[in-house]
Amino acid sequence: MSTSQDLGGLGCSVKRKEDARFIRGQGRYVDDVKLPNMVYLELVRSPFAHARIGSIDTSGALEIPGVLAVITGEDLAEANLSWMPTLSHDQQMVLATGKVLFQGQEVAAVVGETRFAAADGAAAVRIDYEELPVLLDPHKALDTSAPILREDREEKTNHIFHWESGDRESTDRIFEEADVTIEQDMLYQRCHPAPIECCACVADWDATNEKMTIWMTSQAPHAHRTIFALVAGLPEHKIRIISPDVGGGFGNKVPVYPGYVCSAVASLTLGRPVKWTEDRTGNLSSTGFARDYHMRAELAATKEGKIRGLRVKTLADHGAFNAAAQPSKFPAGLYNICTGSYDLENAFVEVDGVYTNKAPGGIAYRCSFRVTEAAYLIERAVDVLADEIGMDAVELRRKNFIQPDQFPYETSLGWSYDSGDYEAALDKALEMVGYDDLLREQEEKRARGEIMGIGISSFTEIVGAGPGKTFDILGLEMFDSCEVRIHPTGKVLARIGAQTQGQGHETTFAQILAEELGIPVDDITVEHGDTDTAPYGLGTYASRSTPVAGAATAIAARKIREKARKIAAHVMEVAEEDVEWKEYEFRVKGAPDRSISMGDIAFAAYTNTPEGVEAGLEAVNYYDPPNLTFPFGTYICVVDIDKGTGEWKVRRFVAVDDCGTVINPMIVEGQIHGGLTEGFAISSMQLIDFDENGSMIGSNFMEYLLPTAVETPTWETDRTVTPSPHHPIGAKGVGESPCVGSPAAFVNAVVDALSPYGVRHIDMPITSDKVWKALRDAGVSE
Amino acid sequence: MATTMSVSVTINGAEYTADVEPRMLLVHFLRDELGLTGTHIGCDTTHCGACTILLNGTPIKSCTMFAVQADGQTLTTVEGLMSNGGLNPIQEAFKEEHGLQCGYCTPGMMLTGVALLESSPEPSEAEIRIAISGNLCRCTGYQNIVHAIQSAARAMAGIDPSVDGGAGGGNGASEGGEE
Repeated sequence: MSTSQDLGGLGCSVKRKEDARFIRGQGRYVDDVKLPNMVYLELVRSPFAHARIGSIDTSGALEIPGVLAVITGEDLAEANLSWMPTLSHDQQMVLATGKVLFQGQEVAAVVGETRFAAADGAAAVRIDYEELPVLLDPHKALDTSAPILREDREEKTNHIFHWESGDRESTDRIFEEADVTIEQDMLYQRCHPAPIECCACVADWDATNEKMTIWMTSQAPHAHRTIFALVAGLPEHKIRIISPDVGGGFGNKVPVYPGYVCSAVASLTLGRPVKWTEDRTGNLSSTGFARDYHMRAELAATKEGKIRGLRVKTLADHGAFNAAAQPSKFPAGLYNICTGSYDLENAFVEVDGVYTNKAPGGIAYRCSFRVTEAAYLIERAVDVLADEIGMDAVELRRKNFIQPDQFPYETSLGWSYDSGDYEAALDKALEMVGYDDLLREQEEKRARGEIMGIGISSFTEIVGAGPGKTFDILGLEMFDSCEVRIHPTGKVLARIGAQTQGQGHETTFAQILAEELGIPVDDITVEHGDTDTAPYGLGTYASRSTPVAGAATAIAARKIREKARKIAAHVMEVAEEDVEWKEYEFRVKGAPDRSISMGDIAFAAYTNTPEGVEAGLEAVNYYDPPNLTFPFGTYICVVDIDKGTGEWKVRRFVAVDDCGTVINPMIVEGQIHGGLTEGFAISSMQLIDFDENGSMIGSNFMEYLLPTAVETPTWETDRTVTPSPHHPIGAKGVGESPCVGSPAAFVNAVVDALSPYGVRHIDMPITSDKVWKALRDAGVSE
Repeated sequence: MATTMSVSVTINGAEYTADVEPRMLLVHFLRDELGLTGTHIGCDTTHCGACTILLNGTPIKSCTMFAVQADGQTLTTVEGLMSNGGLNPIQEAFKEEHGLQCGYCTPGMMLTGVALLESSPEPSEAEIRIAISGNLCRCTGYQNIVHAIQSAARAMAGIDPSVDGGAGGGNGASEGGEE
């Protein structure tokens, strides 16, 4: 008889299996791959944000010793590869033809025997540009004077889409009748996930076997294989994508980028392995940025503080191509989760997407598609309302929470929340932080002219895409998968369709199997990321691994248990219905001394199967979730502000998360630390900006600031557990909640601190100079 | 650019001599020429610290040094942390305290930690945070990295490192109060 603790099952802080290689420097990332005869690819990028391409002179580059080839957009056009589809029903140039649309855009690719030769060759490509007027302000994109950016589209406009959700008329009516309304403009700024590992690939065309192998920094290797098959016309069984160890993703490694396509083309052309490794400037200036949502939030409420309606109008700046990596059927993704944790009568949301001369994207940076924007909007707006009616921000939230007995809760914008207990998380956070004492302290400090703020965010997340009927990538429904094989000696090999960029799947998925199979976690190996061996999956992002692939893993194990029960009955010579699975082994009902372990059944599965039962012990499951999952929590941030400098410091940050059943508490806590740190980074420093010419400010780590250990606060974490009723083990996913929920807590804290001086909102990133200016304007600082 | 220069270095106790282009960065020499791929590249501008190695015991960013500048000197990379087949206490501690996730910054972080503990065997939390401020991590939020370095310090001092560990997870509550 075993316990969950013996096995390393659910709820155990099992140390990570993957760490053995990482702490020895033996992780294998794409740039570590070195193949015989390998050559290097370097991209030539546009220095201009909008310019017509004249001639491209490659002769100088080709004269450099070691340069093997120069590829231009015209070359790709001959193979019909100069454009590729994005994940948002748009297309994107692989290498520019005609004109360039953003600074840093890929214009040519140079292949050399060495990194040096490729770089020298790239520097020697001569391109004539004729500069064109630059469109940077999305609010001016639809002006008649604005240049039309996309000549490839039939519609001669910079407007990409209009999308709305909810009932406009009844929402308008609520606003007309309401006692109180508030309106707040807020910008969720353009930022970039900036994983420490940039993008890279090694494309290796094997002409003999006509097979293309691509090592690639990919969060979705199977989907990328299918995209390569569809775009390049290679047969899918002759494409193998290997996403080995990946040095952080955060959504940045979901799209297909031109460097991957050019490397594959170069390998096909030259018959040699081709490595492309992006530099940091290439990563920040051309690969998927996030956000750039210009939002107006309005709330209607009674004077007692019952929120009745929400109205949202948003302008989405997608840059030069709509390369939002989001698989929902809605152009603004899951943005209409913006009613948050609140039970209100009605809501209406509209979003317009436009093109500008900026890098393409709109990817989901550590969130499901547009959920961070939504959570930030509602949690900020609720604070503005609290300020308007003079009510405590905690009381206002409490008064409007969806109540536990209302679940499953249908929102006015069409989502069905699976489970929640928002007040329990709020109360726990209030207790941890000592809210009442803090309020008293704040009052005293204010009387002394000191500046301190408390910010609350009681967010609701939405993660775990599918279901397949509403989520797909190029039609591929967003299921996920697991294949489990138990060897004769009771050891397990499992392969999952999801992939990992540091989440620890090799450990946590083994824990799910340990729990379901009664086999110790050390006897289970989990593999992922190789499309030749793993079952088809749609990738790891949007906190979908545990909700979808995790469910597939539990169900595959349960399928094995079904077969194992037959074998158990056979071996123990009893009827199948007399066998039960109890305490991690099969037992004969009513005979507690008669039992058989899964390990012994595994041996019997290969040596002593009952008649009519196939040998072997394995199963596969492709899981299409019936619904998404809805993690939630309350975060409370306490800040102190220096009047002289405007510097704001996080004194305390308390995070109570509810992600349903917890597989590995250590890993969950680690995910929360990391997500809070990214939320802090977005709130305080991360900004991709442009000068008036469209030159990027923020294309290296000198300008694009990431927090170091010195600025990063200490996080205090705890949790409540409200399992998802529709997930096989009740888990909801956690990786993104802290990044989704925390920005509003930071901003609310700073705004709360400054509220005595008439400040109602400050856009992120809240830098010291913004705070200092607000204080100066209020006559506090000089 | 055909000119090459000879470079001789001692890395993790072994001698290496090679002819390299003068412009070859030390990190490319380690990774591409010697196959020591535990040293990573993240930013090209000395900010992220993924390429941190020890040069005569001092942490440096190997992306901002030419290979030829290392001529005659002694280097330690992550591959040199183990001794006699055993892990360095810092390696054990990073695993035990969950001080890593994607693993990309980890080699540089550990080497910075080793150098810190060499010069300051009982560092305060503030000291640790300042010491690793040239190494960026996007996954962990640094908290468990700090714990790992504290834990390694205890192990090196012969104190049971589990006494005051941070990343047990346990029943969930963690990290009381202010720093």
